[in-house]
Amino acid sequence: MAEYSAFSLLKNALAGNKDWKPAWRKPDPKASYDVIVIGGGGHGLSTAYYLAKEHGITNVAVLEKGWLGSGNVGRNTTAVRSNYLLPQNTRFYEHSMKLWENLSHDLNYNVMFSQRGCLNLAHTPAQLDDYARRGNAMRHLGVDAELMNVEQIKRLVPALDVSGSARFPVLGGLMQPRAGTARHDAVAWGYARGADRRGVDIIENCEVTGFLRDGGRITGVSTTRGEIRAKKVALAVAGSTSHVMQLAGISHMPIESHVLQAFVSESLKPVIDTVLTFGMGHFYISQSDKGGLVYGGDLDGYNSYAQRGSLPIVDEVMSEMLALFPGLARVRMLRSWGGLCDMTMDGSPIITTGPLPGMYLNCGWCYGGFKATPASGWCFAYTIAKDEPHEFNAPFTLDRFYRGLIIDDKGQGANPRLH
Amino acid sequence: MLITCPYCGPRDVIEFTYQGDGNRERPQPPSQDLDAWNAYVYDRLNPAGDHNEIWQHSGGCRAHLRVVRNTITHEILSTAFARGGHKSADNRAEGRS
Repeated sequence: MAEYSAFSLLKNALAGNKDWKPAWRKPDPKASYDVIVIGGGGHGLSTAYYLAKEHGITNVAVLEKGWLGSGNVGRNTTAVRSNYLLPQNTRFYEHSMKLWENLSHDLNYNVMFSQRGCLNLAHTPAQLDDYARRGNAMRHLGVDAELMNVEQIKRLVPALDVSGSARFPVLGGLMQPRAGTARHDAVAWGYARGADRRGVDIIENCEVTGFLRDGGRITGVSTTRGEIRAKKVALAVAGSTSHVMQLAGISHMPIESHVLQAFVSESLKPVIDTVLTFGMGHFYISQSDKGGLVYGGDLDGYNSYAQRGSLPIVDEVMSEMLALFPGLARVRMLRSWGGLCDMTMDGSPIITTGPLPGMYLNCGWCYGGFKATPASGWCFAYTIAKDEPHEFNAPFTLDRFYRGLIIDDKGQGANPRLH
Repeated sequence: MLITCPYCGPRDVIEFTYQGDGNRERPQPPSQDLDAWNAYVYDRLNPAGDHNEIWQHSGGCRAHLRVVRNTITHEILSTAFARGGHKSADNRAEGRS
């Protein structure tokens, strides 16, 4: 029987809630494992979960330098979508979408996945044409997409300024009805519990400080909690990728770390029941089940490991919000947070074997990593278990940049701050 | 964040355009060394710490600047004109994050 069910809830309620087991143990690290996953964020935890569930590899440790879910998985704008133009991205993110659709059942943990749709607003005829093209590309690969006109948008989001007098008039939009949001903490905790119950050791407060080698081969890691050996060492450290790769002796990567801010307002009555994006800047907004508006915009725009943002972007994001929703001018911002984004040179991720023997690399999520969490772990687990990529992540190699095989959905070139 | 432009003095970061890693070395135009071109276009040092980078004072005198900035604290350690290499690395600016 499932650990969490209406019956177990009732039973524990009557018993004074004394019999709940912690969702994951706090084990000390063993001397060696089959696989070490560095990074206890969403991608590292889902990798460990799918290693155990899909491939029967349970002698696994997840090493997290802070506490579990302390990074971007716990502080993002929670949007889940698969509305990409290029087929490599569309196939991968659509696989993720399908995993999302069954994730709460799969994990026996309510991740509150809410398919409330994601609407990209168009403000010029050319942009609307571009959205029609992207919508057709999505439908061609079996992903849902619909063009909406202004009347339909007005009915869906009454608070939106769709008057012709808006600074950037809304001319239409591209809707992916199956897109939506999920509760990010629950995703981390659900994957952690699922992995833990299958035997994976989740080791918090354990920072990797170096790599153990046998010749050229990576054979383990040294950490703040001692040396740990492993047949395979997998990196899922997002914004710290360059730093950890430098510990392994690789000085340059096709990655820059940037800071992205996210914002939450005070709680309001329901006002926006979809995920909405602005087409004349970079702004996206949804409303959480608690009522807070959850929104964000562009990167701060320069390399940063600071995990905090600067004020010019706060100003810009608020301006964009008011361009769409003048009625929200008096709403107060509750909190904001800056997280590290591992921006690649083409805006697409890297999930691959190598680059050193015994090493596996998962990085380059830019600021779209949350929606990828299930498929990222699923594909990375496959790659680690079989020593070759699945067809879904086969295009996301590290050497694609040097072989002319970049996957640049936005067409910005090797300029990470613009992806 | 304030960046001290050698012409204009300390100015708000919104006047500047970031142009990225200043450590990259552009091969000579006729070069057919693919590895060198690939490294120039795609490879980044991306340090957590002092970072040598290029900015343009696009909202001011439009000079290209070479800035050494700490990527953890955002403290600016030096600014100089980008032309002629990194001559004035010790020209410690007053800009702070």
